Amino acid sequence: MAPLFCLIIVLYAWPVINILWLGFSDPELGVQNYKLLFTKSSLVKILWTTIRVCFITTLFSVVIGYLIAYAMVHLVGRERNWMLTLLLISFWVSVLVRAFSWLTLLGRNGLVNAVLLGSGLAEEPISMIRNEFGVLIGMVHYMVPYAVLPLFANMQGIDHRVMDASRSLGAGPLLTFVRIYLPLTKPGVIASSLLVFIISLGFYVTPALLGGGRVLMVAEYVSVQILVTVQWGVAAMLATLLLSGVLALLYIMSRFMRISEVFVARP
Amino acid sequence: MTNVNSLGWKILRGFAWAGLAFLVLPMLIAVPVSLTPKRYLSMPTGEVSFHHYINLFSSTEWMSSIGQSTIIAGFSALIATVLGTLCAIGLWRISSKASEVIRGILLLPLIIPPIISAMAFYRIWVKLGLLDSYSGMIIAHAILAVPMVLITVSASLANFDLRLEQASCNLGASIGTTLLRVVLPSIKPGIWAGAIFAFILSWDEIVVALFIAKFRIMTLPRRMWDGIRENTDPTVAASAVVLVLVTIIALTIYTIMTNHVRLHGADNTGKE
Repeated sequence: MAPLFCLIIVLYAWPVINILWLGFSDPELGVQNYKLLFTKSSLVKILWTTIRVCFITTLFSVVIGYLIAYAMVHLVGRERNWMLTLLLISFWVSVLVRAFSWLTLLGRNGLVNAVLLGSGLAEEPISMIRNEFGVLIGMVHYMVPYAVLPLFANMQGIDHRVMDASRSLGAGPLLTFVRIYLPLTKPGVIASSLLVFIISLGFYVTPALLGGGRVLMVAEYVSVQILVTVQWGVAAMLATLLLSGVLALLYIMSRFMRISEVFVARP
Repeated sequence: MTNVNSLGWKILRGFAWAGLAFLVLPMLIAVPVSLTPKRYLSMPTGEVSFHHYINLFSSTEWMSSIGQSTIIAGFSALIATVLGTLCAIGLWRISSKASEVIRGILLLPLIIPPIISAMAFYRIWVKLGLLDSYSGMIIAHAILAVPMVLITVSASLANFDLRLEQASCNLGASIGTTLLRVVLPSIKPGIWAGAIFAFILSWDEIVVALFIAKFRIMTLPRRMWDGIRENTDPTVAASAVVLVLVTIIALTIYTIMTNHVRLHGADNTGKE
């Protein structure tokens, strides 16, 4: 145990702390990198894009995830096993393969445009990638399985006799859902929203590939700062912001569920 | 509302299936594209060709990438599994407040966004001369994978009956023998799960690879990344199919090895 602990500290934790420190020390000691947040409007725009994309992604992922989790909890036997298998597969398919698939489907000469043009629904190819729409599709597609997990666990723990009681006391299905079921799944909804939001915040591959450089989010900007313009200070400052956001949200989330339960499924 | 025949439920079930279709179907597009007889990304019309697979498996570049990825994933999974298992057992035996803090620190690589991990590895690997090397990639991936092993093995340990260990010790077995003959066999499913998750993690990891691999080391995801950016060569589609197939094979091995029904949700490994 001790050797592993040392390994993680020396080769991981310490370097990460070093990165955070760079935000205050590169190119010179001080808070000049953080001042940029107030003077450089492109930085603010990137942060705003990141938050907006993450927010929309979370909204759609949780709604779709809620439907799937709800159906899975109430299904039995074969149909449920099929749903679980499909969910598991989609969970584990590489993010690169997903991005490639969407690029191929949504591109100018892609399948979707071919169908739209062929059926006369569109006059000319619609651009669905290299913009925010493409990024959102790709991110929602990646995040739905993550959204399902906490919801599924939460819904499984609900005692269904409560709903039966509500029905037998005269409430209709809709009323029962809104007044009884929805409030009972609130912890699941909160945990799932936070989880999706947290993972989305640091997302790199999907925005970079489907955004085609036009939808700049924090992670991609950071990589450009390091690999292209070599501005470690700015990159480290943004990394610090990113990490603070992630840790703060994780702390909130840890009050709703055990975090290790979620991450076991997929890094 | 659990009434199976109600209209509302039928609509809802339909939506759930539509959601799953949205998740799974788009990923299948790589299959037909990889079979196109043309030299650019397109759907095959009429005839199919295995040209791009032949291209993939006869190209020294792609083959070296597949080989490198296999080596790196294999070794990093091995290291992560050994270290993660030992560590999980250690934490389990001394369970105290301190061990919870240590556990928290060890889980960090899973929680910190990959881009920040990549920055950290990049900087320290430059200093250690590990950039663009097998050992650099293997160590980085092993560190990222350790938390997976820690979690799966810890979950197995949580189900382990402590009295078995006591019985073994009472019957005269040493601690070492007890670990090897009693504890390890009963947490085997957790170890296997951890090993396979660690393998897949490394096998399709791209963000860290983008930072610390360049010329000598070009993992399969790294080469695919370049291919996707150029977005012309259907060989990428063939490599995507291969990448996913390996993942599915690993998942199948995992299912067989752990031999338990996946995703019962209520069990304490969460997902399986």
